[in-house]
Amino acid sequence: MEKFTPFDGLVAPLDRANVDTDAIIPKQYLKSVKRSGFGPNLFDDWRYLSAGEPGQDHRRRPLNPDFVLNQPRYAGAQILLGRQNFGCGSSREHAVWALEDAGFRVVIAPSFADIFFNNCFKNGVLPVVLDAAVLDRLFAAVAETDGYRLRVDLESQTLTTPAGECLTFEVEAFRKYCLLQGLDDIGLTLQHADDIRAYEARRRQQAPWLFA
Amino acid sequence: MTGRTLYDKLWDMHLVREEADGTALLYIDRHLVHEVTSPQAFEGLRLAARQPWRTASVLAVPDHNVPTTPRGQGVADIADPVSRIQVETLDRNCADFGINEFAMNDVRQGIVHVIGPEQGATLPGMTVVCGDSHTSTHGAFGALAFGIGTSEVEHVLATQCLIQKKSRNMQVRVEGELRPGVTAKDVVLAIIGEIGTAGGTGYAIEFAGSAIAALSMEGRMTVCNMAIEAGARAGMVAVDQTTLDYVAGRPFAPPPDQWPQAVAAWRELVSDADAEFDRVVTVQADAISPQVTWGTSPEMVVAVDARVPDPEGEIDPVKQSGMRKALAYMALEPGMPVTDIRVDKVFIGSCTNSRIEDLRAAAAVAAGRRVAPTIKLALVVPGSGLVKQQAEAEGLDAIFIAAGFEWREPGCSMCLAMNADRLEPGERCASTSNRNFEGRQGAGGRTHLVSPAMAAAAAVSGHFADVRELAAVAPAQPLGEPS
Repeated sequence: MEKFTPFDGLVAPLDRANVDTDAIIPKQYLKSVKRSGFGPNLFDDWRYLSAGEPGQDHRRRPLNPDFVLNQPRYAGAQILLGRQNFGCGSSREHAVWALEDAGFRVVIAPSFADIFFNNCFKNGVLPVVLDAAVLDRLFAAVAETDGYRLRVDLESQTLTTPAGECLTFEVEAFRKYCLLQGLDDIGLTLQHADDIRAYEARRRQQAPWLFA
Repeated sequence: MTGRTLYDKLWDMHLVREEADGTALLYIDRHLVHEVTSPQAFEGLRLAARQPWRTASVLAVPDHNVPTTPRGQGVADIADPVSRIQVETLDRNCADFGINEFAMNDVRQGIVHVIGPEQGATLPGMTVVCGDSHTSTHGAFGALAFGIGTSEVEHVLATQCLIQKKSRNMQVRVEGELRPGVTAKDVVLAIIGEIGTAGGTGYAIEFAGSAIAALSMEGRMTVCNMAIEAGARAGMVAVDQTTLDYVAGRPFAPPPDQWPQAVAAWRELVSDADAEFDRVVTVQADAISPQVTWGTSPEMVVAVDARVPDPEGEIDPVKQSGMRKALAYMALEPGMPVTDIRVDKVFIGSCTNSRIEDLRAAAAVAAGRRVAPTIKLALVVPGSGLVKQQAEAEGLDAIFIAAGFEWREPGCSMCLAMNADRLEPGERCASTSNRNFEGRQGAGGRTHLVSPAMAAAAAVSGHFADVRELAAVAPAQPLGEPS
């Protein structure tokens, strides 16, 4: 995983609540055994007018002009604004892979579904929780301002608006550390292999049927 | 010191270590694996030259992509080459890493959340994970069970642990007696309607109260299955005699010499009387009617004798906009009676409702009746090969077939339409599955979530119908073994 460094990113709005992971990446793309290449199918049912299937040349499919992310002004966006309960539903990590593959590094919403939230951190995507009222202001600012950008600094846990307003956000210390360092969780956990073995030895005494 | 909740106890039992900020390393007892969310995890192990920590903890099964039509040739019968590769990849990964797999034509194959409990591979007091959000199902056994992403699948394979933060405690109490015709599915839909799809976010939910205690294990599984639809990664029910009776004698259950020790440990898996919950919600069982979802989120649900709600009555602008989008997608008018909604297809199956009691309940309605001529397809997809066998032994297949249903092979099927079973654009389905999201059962498809009895009632009526009214007419044929 790459280190999460400060950046200045274009912001795109997705103004609906309960955006589920089926909408983020529809099921037919889950048949892939790879971890990359999901970007062209991000929000597939909303983004295209034709039915999508794996293996198509998606550049040839007609785009839905009514879908907000198809507007040229949001091309190349790295920050997505959402509403409450973003990422609900299925545990598919493909949803985060699709966002990441499409260039998004930050999703900002008033609340996230737990599994999606967790999956973000495993892939270098930062989910930021802000108050619904702050999100209302950001949605309005993005609508009013072409090319609206935010400066994201994870180290200081801040988003900075073009006007210089500084919005702070919370992030768990361990998750922040892993993102900043681009660390592999498995390697970290295996540093505690002795603790895991000691636990297993204790547990085997208490509940031998678990180790049959 | 105040008492501990069931969740507190399960958490404490599995704690390997805990950092100062509360980040914990949690030990995982059972890892269930299916073909969709595992290939990248196995690939990750290979790339890092890592081996699984404890292969005996892993049980794998293909379920999402498998065809439900005749499949005597095994994997060769999967028509879609992309689906076939995914199932073959699971077979190969299990062979390479020495993992126990119930392959496609093993009679024990089925939906991962059906086979775990059926085999006794899900036991009280376990931590159970799977790369699938409906892993909450297994909490019905007094287990801590939750869905994980693929990176975490790899993490559990490599370390037998997960890095976790503890959730808060919520208790949902369902008190009193359910009325006739009202099932576990209606209970959980009513709960989601009450607390919303994000009502349980950040919580582990314990379902309790006299109506939950009165449910069978299968009913408890249905309720816990949909905890995730209320936003909670984990749902659970305390251990009682019903739990122990269900587990006894199953293939992966403790052997007789360890059974007394296991039962003694499992009896502790209840919340202490003085345990404190961060939130408690109480629902009266006798106020619950058969439920039907009308929108594109499981919280958009009403009683079958109600009307489709009007967004004008909603004051929250974000919710109101969501209701308008949902009504437009579902092609419904505010104020129309739910029983006026006609359906095109009926799906009885999924990890929520494909167990033997579900099939019995649907068959009780179908018996002696015919699927309405306007219904294009009515599918019954048993949750596992063993459920299918049991249903056939009871003659349920004959009842369904005589009524005009199709009787299929086990798998996830039309719950998420990764195989060939799906809705076409604009089609409307009465479905016993768990998600009514846009396009879930096929692009442009419209899903209404209901119980198995209500799905059968819709099939024989051609539109949603109150199963309590149909139940007044005795079925024309005997039903086989009583449940």
